[in-house]
Amino acid sequence: MTPNRDVSFEDRMATVDFRVAPTAHITVDGDICRGCTTKACVWACPANLFVPTADGGILFNYEQCFECGTCYLVCDTEGAITWHYPEGGSGVVFRRG
Amino acid sequence: MTRFDVVVVGAGPAGSAAALTLARAGRSVALLERGPYPGAKNMYGGVVYGRILDTLLPGWFEEVPFERWVTRRATMVLTPSQSLTIDFRTQAWGRPPYNGCTTLRAEFDSWLAGKAVDAGATLITSTTATGLRRDARGRIGGVATDRTEGDIDARVVIACDGVNSFLAKEAGLHEHWSAEHITLGAKEVLALPRDEIDRRFGLTGDEGADFEVLGCTGSVPGGGFLYTNRDTVAVGVVLHLPALATAQRRPEEFIADLKNHPAIAPLVGGGELKEYSAHMIPEGGYRVMPKLVTDGMLVAGDAAGLCLAAGIWLEGVNFAIASGAAAGEAADDALRQGDTSAAGLAGYRRRLEASFVLRDHKKLQRAPDFVLNPRTQQAYPKVACDLVEQLFTVRNPAPKPGGLRAAWRELRASDVRLRDAARDAWTALRTYG
Repeated sequence: MTPNRDVSFEDRMATVDFRVAPTAHITVDGDICRGCTTKACVWACPANLFVPTADGGILFNYEQCFECGTCYLVCDTEGAITWHYPEGGSGVVFRRG
Repeated sequence: MTRFDVVVVGAGPAGSAAALTLARAGRSVALLERGPYPGAKNMYGGVVYGRILDTLLPGWFEEVPFERWVTRRATMVLTPSQSLTIDFRTQAWGRPPYNGCTTLRAEFDSWLAGKAVDAGATLITSTTATGLRRDARGRIGGVATDRTEGDIDARVVIACDGVNSFLAKEAGLHEHWSAEHITLGAKEVLALPRDEIDRRFGLTGDEGADFEVLGCTGSVPGGGFLYTNRDTVAVGVVLHLPALATAQRRPEEFIADLKNHPAIAPLVGGGELKEYSAHMIPEGGYRVMPKLVTDGMLVAGDAAGLCLAAGIWLEGVNFAIASGAAAGEAADDALRQGDTSAAGLAGYRRRLEASFVLRDHKKLQRAPDFVLNPRTQQAYPKVACDLVEQLFTVRNPAPKPGGLRAAWRELRASDVRLRDAARDAWTALRTYG
């Protein structure tokens, strides 16, 4: 049996179909993030959309979002992550869910 | 602005069942879906138990877009180096009326929504409901959408907008909404040749397998699942959000661990990743459900927290369909009586209380805490595996240990306090007995 060699994260996300909306459905308040020590979103987001920056802030990408809601639920600071559904017809399109 | 008797938000199983029921009753009903097609936003842990469809869509199993009929159902308990499995199979589930099927949600949800459309519902895809519309007195009377002039007036709103249910939250129905009652499900769909899947899982024809796994998520409470589609296998994990937030490990790493476990690797090895997906699961159950009814609005499916995550039973689509259908019936009754206030819509909760939806949830209300507690998650799987290892390790010339004595020794060797073990046993008996 060949052991499971995991694909790169980029290849992993390339298996998912996204119809990217012109505007972001996630907003992140960088000032709040700079004071955050847990950075739970960085770990928990299954699409790995949140990346810590050298200055302690967060870079994020909304384009490959599963729209699950994990980020705003694990975030323990009110207002740091604002999240709503992307506009109709855009966003993730699962085919084998 | 368009006007309907009822607007149903979300064309998942709950929404489509609600729209189907209402359309058949002769009501004008809009079925809103934010994805380009029903099911585009949905993923799940693998099995649709279709018995609830017998009354709604007689003969459904002749035409449902299934992948495989589950005839093998296994519950596995893992430690990093051991596995203990209750592996059940029956030929009865492989023939009509069947017990459950695996399916792709893009196909299943689209099929069910099509039934609502056939009955006369108006399906509006690629449209997100952005909020509730209220009349001059503040009473809910429809939804706003992100389409130009796309707002919809309706005498009843049925929110089937999924686990995040922004509509139920806007209506103030979610008192217990927090990460504490939510898990994240993350899944990989892996391609393997159909005959290879048959061989690995011991299946023939349309037979399918569904494995539930406990003890595979380390310090994060949760579990795993593995099931067969026609020419793919799906493997995934379920992770309790508060622990995931502090675990400093990523969801896909938990999937990798499960795939590399010696008991799982031979089943999934070599499979080519076809789709990675994730979704939140409302696992809190009966004790943390939102209010289901308010003036002019009902909540059904995941939006109402109706997923049943009770350890040995993991169900959701059937609860969604049943609650959606009940919401449709209650809305129709309320419209007939000309009273769509919370009092007029109260038949919804009564219907759920009389059906398996709230009866199962009420009976299993202690299950979420029981299943997610660290003893059930880590200590008991180890006790069980070590006990079986003791019993089956031949230590000649030493004689065989007595079973009860070995069990006692394993329990004492674990760090579980006897008081806690006794309490858990009592909870398990009250829950599953």
